[in-house]
Amino acid sequence: MDLNVIQIIFILIIAFLAGAEGVLDQFQFHQPIIACTLIGLVTGNLEAGIILGGTLQMIALGWANIGAAVAPDAALASVASSIILVLGGQGINGVDTAIAVAIPLAVAGLMLSMVVRTLSIIVVHAMDAAAEKGNMRAMDVWHWIGIIIQGLRIVIPAAAILLLDAATVQNFLTGMPGWLTNGMAIGGGMVVAVGYALVINMMASKEVWPFFMIGFVIAALTEITLIGLGVLGVALALIYLTLSKSGGSGGGNHGDPLGDILNDY
Amino acid sequence: MADKIKLTKKDRFAVAWRSQFLQGSWNYERMQNGGWAYTLIPAIKKLYKDEDDKKAALKRHMEFFNTHPYVAAPIIGVTLALEEERANGANVDDTAIQGVKVGMMGPLAGIGDPVFWFTLRPILGALGATLAIGGNILGPILFFTLWNVIRFAFIWYTQEFGYDSGSKIADDLSGGLLQDITKGASILGMFILAALVQRWVSINFAPVVSTVALDPAAVIDWANLPYGYEGIRQAFDMVGAGYSQSAYRVTTLQSNLDDLIPGLAPLLLTLASMWLLKKKINPITIIFGLFAVGIVGYLIGLF
Repeated sequence: MDLNVIQIIFILIIAFLAGAEGVLDQFQFHQPIIACTLIGLVTGNLEAGIILGGTLQMIALGWANIGAAVAPDAALASVASSIILVLGGQGINGVDTAIAVAIPLAVAGLMLSMVVRTLSIIVVHAMDAAAEKGNMRAMDVWHWIGIIIQGLRIVIPAAAILLLDAATVQNFLTGMPGWLTNGMAIGGGMVVAVGYALVINMMASKEVWPFFMIGFVIAALTEITLIGLGVLGVALALIYLTLSKSGGSGGGNHGDPLGDILNDY
Repeated sequence: MADKIKLTKKDRFAVAWRSQFLQGSWNYERMQNGGWAYTLIPAIKKLYKDEDDKKAALKRHMEFFNTHPYVAAPIIGVTLALEEERANGANVDDTAIQGVKVGMMGPLAGIGDPVFWFTLRPILGALGATLAIGGNILGPILFFTLWNVIRFAFIWYTQEFGYDSGSKIADDLSGGLLQDITKGASILGMFILAALVQRWVSINFAPVVSTVALDPAAVIDWANLPYGYEGIRQAFDMVGAGYSQSAYRVTTLQSNLDDLIPGLAPLLLTLASMWLLKKKINPITIIFGLFAVGIVGYLIGLF
């Protein structure tokens, strides 16, 4: 099916929203049930779009960005498969083919996501420079540039599918060598350490290092969840504060040398 | 100090609105830091008229931050209250503010991920998808509306809750409560950071250290199990009783390291990064270095 210019512009706007939302994760424009429906709507394939969205949504139910880990990319999967569905012109009958295309694209999209998240380091360094000058306007603009790059992450592949044929784009996206994607995924597991190192350098003092050691051992050797660990951490902090106070206010009260030592910090 | 500068409801709403773009400049160096500073800009603009104070505030909010994007709201609320006190002359230092942020982000992410990503979205998603698979437009509409109403209500009310709690903390300055919170927050922060390093940094060494042939008596004799479900049941029983499923026991470098303590390599990597950062090595250099290590390590079979 041939699309007119207005339909193409609408598709690219939806692709942009889906791309930005892929990282923001707020309004959910990147979820298949929304993105596929919208693309179906602007191209006059509403029903097929809704059905594709619903089917893909069932597959993508558990995809989520946890911590620093990046999930399979629902945004690219939904946008690309809907465009392929529309171009194929088979309507509802094309849903199965579109889904078969969507899954490898979701994994390829994950790779693009990691590239953008590395590029964004440049963005926050520009924000640092703007903060140095007290230029809040520039900080706003740079942050939005970050969002725009995330949008383009989906707009560019979408435009490529619209211009070229779908097979070429799919071969390009899924044809990335295994050593690159696997190696990047392994690197992605390690680079989060740099972020934690930055904060630890900021907070660490002789007084609080023991709590780091306790935290590490408990996390390593038990199955306690992060909420559980949070409660333990609060309890430890309260105990420490109470002990260091009672040593101070009591003075010679109970002759607690440890309390005095803690109080001297 | 005649008048206290207060953040009005309108200011706080502007912050809540911006917090929806928290992850816009998410990056591998300091994660949500750019979005965090972007979120607080309306408050900083209101609170700090002095140019140097303003710059200092902007810079201290460009530090590392990462949590679930919705549960950031209560942390933002507390931070707003602390910044408000600071702007009015209270002794709230950078460590206190950073300590509160870091101390709260880990446990709250531990709430946000299961509640929103693994409970609410699958439920609403499945509800919408069930209708949508039948071609019903109500599916997407229902999903979109319910999700966004719940989401924004959560962001706004928990931010207000954080702001009210934060004000109470800061009001009690004479009691030393704030100093206690500062110290308590850095204890909690260090404790949680250790857990995050252990759980979220992932390194897996692939090389096989040893392959030992096991005594045939300790291995399930697959060829001579009874046919059908009886055989399957017997196999499960034998696994439960400690029989091995293969004739060889393969020990990888990773399983040797895990015997010492799981997460040793992530810990060493974090300590090494801290050391490099103290040597004034650019974090970007370290990040690209680690990606290169990942690719090379995969090619030579280390990971």
